[in-house]
Amino acid sequence: MQQGLTETMAVPRLSAAARRRQLREKVIAGFITLMAFTGIAALLLIIIFVAKEALALFLEPEARHEAGLSKMFLPQVARQGRPATFTWQPVSNIPKVSMIPLFIGTLKTTAVSMLVAVPVGVFGALYAAEFAPRRLRELLKPVIELLAGIPSVVLGFFALMVMATFLQETLGLNTRLNAVVAGLGLALAIVPVIFTVAEDSLTAVPRSYREASLALGATPWETAWKVVLPAAAPGILAACVLGFGRAIGETMIILMASGNAAIVSADFGDSVRSLSATIAAEMGEVVVGSPHYSILFFIGVQLFVFTFILNMLASTWTKKVIKRLTGSAS
Amino acid sequence: MKTFLKSLVTVLMLALPVAAQAGTVTVKGSDTMVILGQRWAEEFMKKSSATKVQVTGGGSGTGLAALQNGTTDIAMSSREMKEAEGEKLRTRYNTTGTEIAVAKDGVTFYVNEGNPVTSLTMEQLRDIYLGDITNWKQVGGPDAAIVVYSRENSSGTYVFVKDNVLNGEDFASSAQTLPGTAAVVNAVAKEKHGIGYGGAAYAKGIKELKVKKGNEEIAPTADNIKSGKYPLSRNLFFYLRNKPAGEVKAFIDFALSPEGQAVVTKVGYFPVK
Repeated sequence: MQQGLTETMAVPRLSAAARRRQLREKVIAGFITLMAFTGIAALLLIIIFVAKEALALFLEPEARHEAGLSKMFLPQVARQGRPATFTWQPVSNIPKVSMIPLFIGTLKTTAVSMLVAVPVGVFGALYAAEFAPRRLRELLKPVIELLAGIPSVVLGFFALMVMATFLQETLGLNTRLNAVVAGLGLALAIVPVIFTVAEDSLTAVPRSYREASLALGATPWETAWKVVLPAAAPGILAACVLGFGRAIGETMIILMASGNAAIVSADFGDSVRSLSATIAAEMGEVVVGSPHYSILFFIGVQLFVFTFILNMLASTWTKKVIKRLTGSAS
Repeated sequence: MKTFLKSLVTVLMLALPVAAQAGTVTVKGSDTMVILGQRWAEEFMKKSSATKVQVTGGGSGTGLAALQNGTTDIAMSSREMKEAEGEKLRTRYNTTGTEIAVAKDGVTFYVNEGNPVTSLTMEQLRDIYLGDITNWKQVGGPDAAIVVYSRENSSGTYVFVKDNVLNGEDFASSAQTLPGTAAVVNAVAKEKHGIGYGGAAYAKGIKELKVKKGNEEIAPTADNIKSGKYPLSRNLFFYLRNKPAGEVKAFIDFALSPEGQAVVTKVGYFPVK
């Protein structure tokens, strides 16, 4: 019965041209779907590959003995007769694979870069969006975006050759290559990221907000600070998260400018070794399948998990902020 | 269409592992030896144009790993093969590999030009790199903290210093690691209180330390390194999976010939014979 009904409601007769067009649309739609799923498949394959290589660390007894979780996160005796320390020394007669100095290194450089890049990026964007004369704004935006196009190896080279000596002399640091130099080099890389996204979200704030605020007698500064900036908060937060993700994962600048010594200390003038730079520095030499090889993949997994958790937190927070701003449940 | 196919084939050929190509010898490994290897390859290819020699760096460990993975014909190494690496060759290819010393080098310690220290004993060098001596004052220099530079652990020089200066113990974790001898030289030239190591270097801003033995100060000169009097002289090696044969043998024979050894001297290392 049902079948019969649909049959009687048969498709209206199409001309040959229309049918061809329909077919073409279908092919195009299929192609686009295929492309979308290729991206997802690639991502899945990467995750599976990295996880598989890292998993050997937990499955193989030899690897578990050499680089178990306790060795990664608890202090080890590096030299006989010395107190137990957190040491990263995977190429050694007794491999020591403590992650703690690498975490500290990553956090230090990221902290320095965020401390510099967030205010510079956000206030730069606020200036460009609210206060700059149109001519200046049209110049400012492309120039900062150009900074994003500079390869990180060039920024690293600049940090190594120019910034290092200058900062050592002005700040009186113990060593040339340290967390401050690497962090500032890193800031150069993430300022444009934060600036661009923040600027876009600031300009996207409806004009009516500003007009209403100004009509109520607020100064342009009050409008920018108390109305436009909070209204753009989700976008600005997204900008900072994007910058943070880049700072954690950025490798080349840190590899060149941080000195790469895995030191446990609170002093920002000390040299640091980051998670990502460790992978880059040591991947070339490891024997495929060895515990050292697996542990480098494990570091990759950690970086992946870090940014994943961060993005989750940021997106829930953004949702909360949007809810508060709009006052609705959606 | 034909041209398209042709270019496709060319691209595929380029993408193939180079070892699979006939008439090509691949050489990979030690950054210390890259320039030397490239000069040898240039000279060799001038003479026998049928053979292509491709030389890439990456560090001794990289070269030896490539040898084990079967992706290179010759591994250049500035250190001897480790037991574990030999074991891999035995299990995978059932050979013990072939070791050929092709040149000599002296590992030198550098300090900044402005540093009054001119020589250190092996014990002092060891203590500095282990982190037991941390101030120049302790070895007759100015009252300033020592900034220690080392190489990445994929470097053969790193392993050489670890084995021959530190007696196999670990570098202090405060030692900063830099990629390549040039980076170390540059860092020491800029850091007033720095110390670093690498092959004999000709650079502005640094001073090569002599090694003190008793009352004698031994400089890393050609004679001292060739005779083995300088305590930190080492051989630079080629490693192969099997006995050299065919084009690979021709290339190695050339490297060891008087002509090839003249290239060694030109590059700044010392002949083996």
